Amino acid sequence: MSQSSAAPIVKATALSKVVPSGASTLAILQDIDLAVMPGEAVAVVGASGSGKSTLLGLLAGLDTPTSGAVELAGTALFALDEDGRAALRAKLLGFVFQSFQLLPALNALENVMLPLELAGRTDAEPAAIAMLERVGLRDRLTHYPKTLSGGEQQRVALARAFVVRPRLLLADEPTGNLDAATGAAVIDLLFELNAEQGTTLLLVTHDEMLAGRCGRSIRLAGGRIVNGAGA
Amino acid sequence: MLARDWRAGELRILGLALVVAVTAVTSVAFFADRVRGGLVRDAHQLLGADVLLVADKPWPDDVRDEIARRGLALAEATWFISMTRHGEAAHLSGVKAVTGNYPLRGRMRIADAPNAPDRPTARGPEPGTVWLDDRLFPILGVKVGDAIELGDAQLRVAAVLTLEPDRGASFFNLAPRVLMNRADLAATGLIQPGSRIYYYLLAAGTPEAVGDFQRWMTPRLGRGERIETLENARPEARASIERGEQFVGLTALLAVILAAVAIALSTRRYTGRHLDGYAVMRCLGATQRRLVSLFAWEFAALGVVASAIGCALGFGVQGLIETWLGKLVAVQLPAPSWRPALQGFGTGIVILLGFAVPPLLQLRDVPALRVIRRDAGPPKQGAVLAYAAGLAAFAALILWQAGSVQLAGYVLGGFLVAMAGSGALGYALIRLIARWGGRAGPSWRYGLASLRRRSLGNTVQVIGLSLGLTAILLLTFTRADLLEAWRAKIPADAPNRFILNIQPEQRAPVAAFFAEERLPAPTTYPMVRGRLAAIDGRQVSADSYADERTKHLVEREFNLSFMDELPGHNRVTAGHWFSAADLRTGALSIEAGIAKTLRVGVGDRLTWSVAGREFTAPITSIRELAWDSMRVNFFVITTPGLLEDYPTSYITGFHLPGSAAGAMNRLVQRFPNLTVVDMSAILQQALAIMNQVIDAVQLVFLFALAAGLLVLYAALLATQDERLQEAAVMRALGAARAQVARAQHTEFFALGVVAGALASASASAIGFVLAERVFQLSYVLDGWIWLAGPALGIACVTLNAWLGTRAALRYPPTLALREAG
Repeated sequence: MSQSSAAPIVKATALSKVVPSGASTLAILQDIDLAVMPGEAVAVVGASGSGKSTLLGLLAGLDTPTSGAVELAGTALFALDEDGRAALRAKLLGFVFQSFQLLPALNALENVMLPLELAGRTDAEPAAIAMLERVGLRDRLTHYPKTLSGGEQQRVALARAFVVRPRLLLADEPTGNLDAATGAAVIDLLFELNAEQGTTLLLVTHDEMLAGRCGRSIRLAGGRIVNGAGA
Repeated sequence: MLARDWRAGELRILGLALVVAVTAVTSVAFFADRVRGGLVRDAHQLLGADVLLVADKPWPDDVRDEIARRGLALAEATWFISMTRHGEAAHLSGVKAVTGNYPLRGRMRIADAPNAPDRPTARGPEPGTVWLDDRLFPILGVKVGDAIELGDAQLRVAAVLTLEPDRGASFFNLAPRVLMNRADLAATGLIQPGSRIYYYLLAAGTPEAVGDFQRWMTPRLGRGERIETLENARPEARASIERGEQFVGLTALLAVILAAVAIALSTRRYTGRHLDGYAVMRCLGATQRRLVSLFAWEFAALGVVASAIGCALGFGVQGLIETWLGKLVAVQLPAPSWRPALQGFGTGIVILLGFAVPPLLQLRDVPALRVIRRDAGPPKQGAVLAYAAGLAAFAALILWQAGSVQLAGYVLGGFLVAMAGSGALGYALIRLIARWGGRAGPSWRYGLASLRRRSLGNTVQVIGLSLGLTAILLLTFTRADLLEAWRAKIPADAPNRFILNIQPEQRAPVAAFFAEERLPAPTTYPMVRGRLAAIDGRQVSADSYADERTKHLVEREFNLSFMDELPGHNRVTAGHWFSAADLRTGALSIEAGIAKTLRVGVGDRLTWSVAGREFTAPITSIRELAWDSMRVNFFVITTPGLLEDYPTSYITGFHLPGSAAGAMNRLVQRFPNLTVVDMSAILQQALAIMNQVIDAVQLVFLFALAAGLLVLYAALLATQDERLQEAAVMRALGAARAQVARAQHTEFFALGVVAGALASASASAIGFVLAERVFQLSYVLDGWIWLAGPALGIACVTLNAWLGTRAALRYPPTLALREAG
């Protein structure tokens, strides 16, 4: 990690997202300023519709803002084109989604290999096998998502996210589709991996317990940060 | 619900597919209906009228009054044989005296001098003048402007008659034609009691009025009176029309099949998108009955609205085509009927019921569990029965469209076999390619993994795609091959001259004459005239039959021929051609149509009276003749032993190149007893009609082809949603657009190759069966089809991939991920 610990890994400045809604417009996010330092674990909390997931999408460059800027490891995200943003994601980011988003066409191993292969890594297979072993799915390598339980699917998703050793892991309601016990096990695994790799964690959740395990919480309401913006 | 779904964009694809399908069916049906009408009417030129009444005595005035009362146009002609004289020269000619408005259909052509360029003419000769067949000019030593004597009348030669549209290909009208105005008939003094004279009434009008008149007239026909229609008067023209109708019918069938494929695929997409919604409704306590009624009403409304729009569009489109391609369509099209609209509407409803309901029924059975586990799909078994019902309705529809059980059977059977075959083969090929290609880079790996993972779904895609491609290949390659084979039925070197009355001892000198003129030696056929005396020992006379046409047939002398080998353009359809035993004991082969008219078959013994003697022999084979080949055809052929000893003359038909036209004059000078019949004008006319039919049929094909392409696109849209989501995940993981695109292209490419190869195989097989069994054409397989199929398959999926992935790449990943989540 050559990044100076003084510079934020992700920084949003005056970020707004406005969408047309019928005849008028709806502001989903307004004037968001936030910074996350390397190694931090930050939870974004708020009620449904408060703009949490939109914020996550913008920070990852999956969507474009109406105004404002995002810097990812010092690079202005929206100065890049879509392919440039994708390349940056491949280099820096890992994702965990509420609905797992495993590719149904690929088995567990292939799903984990995918980001390595997209990054042009030649050791994709042994690295992916090692990672699946780490999440306890050594005997599920050739299983397809359809034949895995929800908890197992999310563990494959965690393996896929961590296998590239991301600088920043973005997790969108990672336990939202899981029962309490399974969810807790997945979260334990998430924090273990996070600790092992020294990854920065930005986690969207409405689960206050989960948020409590993070070092800092940013609370959103009506598209604005009401506390915890930091930096 | 309908409005809500429509607003949400859910039904648009399905609705559009239905509109496209009904539009395709309706416009093809409208157009085919009108082209068919045009073809029949054009062919009526060969009759000179829509309906032709023939009698051996003058027609009573009440028939004329009835024709006028029904608003039909009327023309009259009187035909008899008479000597035409000019100075010392005289020749037997077939005189036809016509009213000024003759003919009612088609145009005669005349020239100012023999071998001068000719022109069409709307009216017959003026009173006081005649038009002569060009054969008469050298024989009579006459030129245009001279007067000839016909009976007591002196008539001036005003023109050379080069084409008489209704002069049939039969040898009935052999004597050279003298065409005169009916007003001069009395002056000739030739119409005497006892003379052999035929009286013709020609009528023309709307098909309904003509049909009504025919029905009125038929029971009133007296002794020696008959109605000639295209059906019985011109077998070679009827053959062309029937083939034209079959081609058009086939086209309509393919449009129906394409439509059904599109509906099935669109509904599959709709169902896939609605599984969640219906699962939620079931969770909330909706019963299956409630769910069924929900989508039943929705789809019924959709079916009615979309079919109505499709019908209207179909009507508009065919009108547009007609205006747009007005010059290309040589036939003047009659007004459209309402039947195609009904057909289009019915088709829309039936294919919606048959192909949308089965996947929709899956919605009914969606497990509520799906709310919790999205991959909990509906059970599949129920759909099989529903599809079977749909297929039955579909088969009935095709039968209706085809109008022939055989044609419908071959087309439907062909497509079912193609569907099953492409399903099995497609599945195998997909698995094979996916395994074999698994070693390549990540994009390839992902593409081929998708291919393998979606083996079943992709097999459905391959079936749809290959059916669509099969239709397109059938419409392009196979159609071209079939049309070419059809055109080849009248080859450019089809016989255009016939020589009759060659005496046995003249065969060698005539052959020598041909050699001198550097013409290929013609094949001569023996001909003996004989009357049918008895069938299975029962005496036959005109009174044995009620039907006027059969009476006429029995009364006249047949041209019998004898040979030991089956002529190449004949085909035995029942029994067997003369065996060695038959050749020893004597046997007959009879043409299928005549056999049917006389109600005789293989095994019946016919007794013939020839030159005062009789012989009896059994029928051992029934033959079908290629009437449109223009070659010498015989209704009855015997084994040589039966006829050899009777007075025999020989006949030949051959192709005389235009450059050798003078040879026939020299032939007649050397062998004055020979009769040379020039069929070139009639042959050209037959060729022109066939070409018109082919042009029109091709137009219909073109439209069905466009419909097929539209339907293909709808079919390819079916997996769009899945791809959108997958592209989004890949991009979230940092894949570049090019990588996402390459992965999808890999899958599409493999799909295209598999579907295309299967389509090539099916189209070849269907084309072969259609040609051999239905159209009786010899079919030569075009090797290019094997390249064209896969190429077309790749092109189609690549186009779709380009459209599809473009959308997938533009779509913000968050939206796609959220929708999927």
